Amino acid sequence: MTTITSDAAVSAAPRNRRAAGNLRRTLRTGRGRVGLTLVVIVVAAAAIGPFVTPSPPDTTEGIFFSPASSRFWLGTDVLGRSVLARVLDGGWVLLIMATAATVIGVGLGAIIGMSAAYFRGRIDTVLMRTVDILLAFPQIVLVLLLISVVGSKLWLIVLAVAFSHLPAVARVIRSASIDVTERDFIASDEAIALRRTRILFGEVLPNVVSPLMVESGLRLAWSTAIIAGLSLLGFGQAPPAPGWGEMIYENISGISTNPWGVLAPALMIAALTIGVNTLTDAFARVSMGSDRGALQIERFQ
Amino acid sequence: MTTEAARRLNWRQRHDLAPLFLYRLGYGVVTLFVISVIVFWATQALPGNAATAILGTHATPALIKQTEQQLHLNQSVLSQYWAWLSGLLQGNFGHSLASGGQSVWSLVKPRLINSAILVVLAAFVGSIVGIPLAIYSALHKDKLVDRVLAVVTLSVSAVPDFVIAVFLVTIFATVVWRILPAVSVVPLGEYAWNTPRLLILPVATLAIVILPYIYRMTRGALIDALESDYVELARLKGLKPVRVAVAHALPNALAPVIQVSGLNFIYLAGGIVLVEYIFNFPGIGQGLVNAVSDRDVPTIQFIVVALAAFYIVINILADMAVLVVTPRRRYTRLAAA
Repeated sequence: MTTITSDAAVSAAPRNRRAAGNLRRTLRTGRGRVGLTLVVIVVAAAAIGPFVTPSPPDTTEGIFFSPASSRFWLGTDVLGRSVLARVLDGGWVLLIMATAATVIGVGLGAIIGMSAAYFRGRIDTVLMRTVDILLAFPQIVLVLLLISVVGSKLWLIVLAVAFSHLPAVARVIRSASIDVTERDFIASDEAIALRRTRILFGEVLPNVVSPLMVESGLRLAWSTAIIAGLSLLGFGQAPPAPGWGEMIYENISGISTNPWGVLAPALMIAALTIGVNTLTDAFARVSMGSDRGALQIERFQ
Repeated sequence: MTTEAARRLNWRQRHDLAPLFLYRLGYGVVTLFVISVIVFWATQALPGNAATAILGTHATPALIKQTEQQLHLNQSVLSQYWAWLSGLLQGNFGHSLASGGQSVWSLVKPRLINSAILVVLAAFVGSIVGIPLAIYSALHKDKLVDRVLAVVTLSVSAVPDFVIAVFLVTIFATVVWRILPAVSVVPLGEYAWNTPRLLILPVATLAIVILPYIYRMTRGALIDALESDYVELARLKGLKPVRVAVAHALPNALAPVIQVSGLNFIYLAGGIVLVEYIFNFPGIGQGLVNAVSDRDVPTIQFIVVALAAFYIVINILADMAVLVVTPRRRYTRLAAA
């Protein structure tokens, strides 16, 4: 049994190293660097921001919607609070929520997709038909439907967004796993009666790391967009809390007096999603030798 | 000769569109039925008293009773579902729980039409800008314009739709120029074509969102076709490049373009939600958001089922259109089915 385990480890090891090498090569490309820079800037602002706000983000400091000045670099918002302070303090909740939704959604979606590809037969049919049906809901509509059922608490929004990722992720990972499950080393694992969970996670998973990472990147950008979008619709953090989506919601009425109340959070969201997407695109080019345009065509045929 | 004729007939039969279409249609109906069950179960039959959830904890017992009757909550789940589904099939979509109990249809119909205008215009504008750009890029692959467009479309495709809406409002309606209205002031129940100026920014937003996908898919499909053997042959025969591209490569790149058009409509079905909300545009996206805020269950049920039905119809149409332009795929589709 010990020899088998080490065999599995040996066969997986070069692939893991290859994934690490792909990451390094990604960061050597121009796109990879630009993407990473944008992501680092936004994440740093969201993480360090709350500790360096020039004024408290929740207290009224001046008149409402006053334009940018030397005292308020980005002006004030609907209640006369500093926009700069609120932008600095408003990112971390969104980032944590988006990351959590992505990890849960991609993780479960990958398990569903790999299981469908490996077990085939009835399990595959049932899982993929369910996926087909769930895909008939536009993602934001699915999330809104779930929110109408369970209410708009933050952790429920995270779960709803994670759930809305499942069908698409499952489909992509299933098609990536199918080639793997037909290879000889899987047959040999089955011949020596390796446990199925071990085959799934020890043998199939390491072979779909690249598509899984691409999918995680795309889904992280999507999670950010959807969660910020939901806060913009009023399904987000409760009022005094600053949040980038919530700020757009609160300050859109003052856009002609102080556009920064809306533009600053919008720019942060855009920088984050562009950064994540560019980095993902660079990784996809390096690891799979194709750009996403081509990938999308394959995916939907 | 007879075997040859038989084979030809056989090929026709095997590649006949009608059975495929019926199969897809049947599958679509089944999917829609399952969706109706999910939507109904999620919004109404889940544990917990829907009437109290809608009215709040301070509602009078009489009011709760009335709402329960309206939603058929006093019957079994199955007969509740049956009452709702048979209503849907007969065109009776129930009464809104908000807006003074008007019928859902009278509230949603103008919204449906407004959203349809928005979606069709956005898809049209996105296509007439995106496809020519894609053809130019494919013919000048790896030249400056192609490379610039690659970076631009990648960035634009990464920006959430509501952020694009915010940028457009800033540029064209408030800060830089004030040439276009920032929000629609179309009253509820009015139609958007009466005030075309209000459509410009929402249509532009959605068109910009779908443009990168149209561009990338069309460009990719065209490049694949241009690098194929038959195009190489056409070129070697000495045909002019334009003729090669239009007469030889383009027909073979049609299938992905049709697919991406279908996908765009599907994206737009969700994309209208946030964009309509930002521009205060009276469509079903805004209607859905309002209904979710008000917990107006009959309206939520109808709009979600309508959007899913739209998705299924578009999928079937796109699949069939792809099969019409690529006969060789008909066979494999049936085999896969």
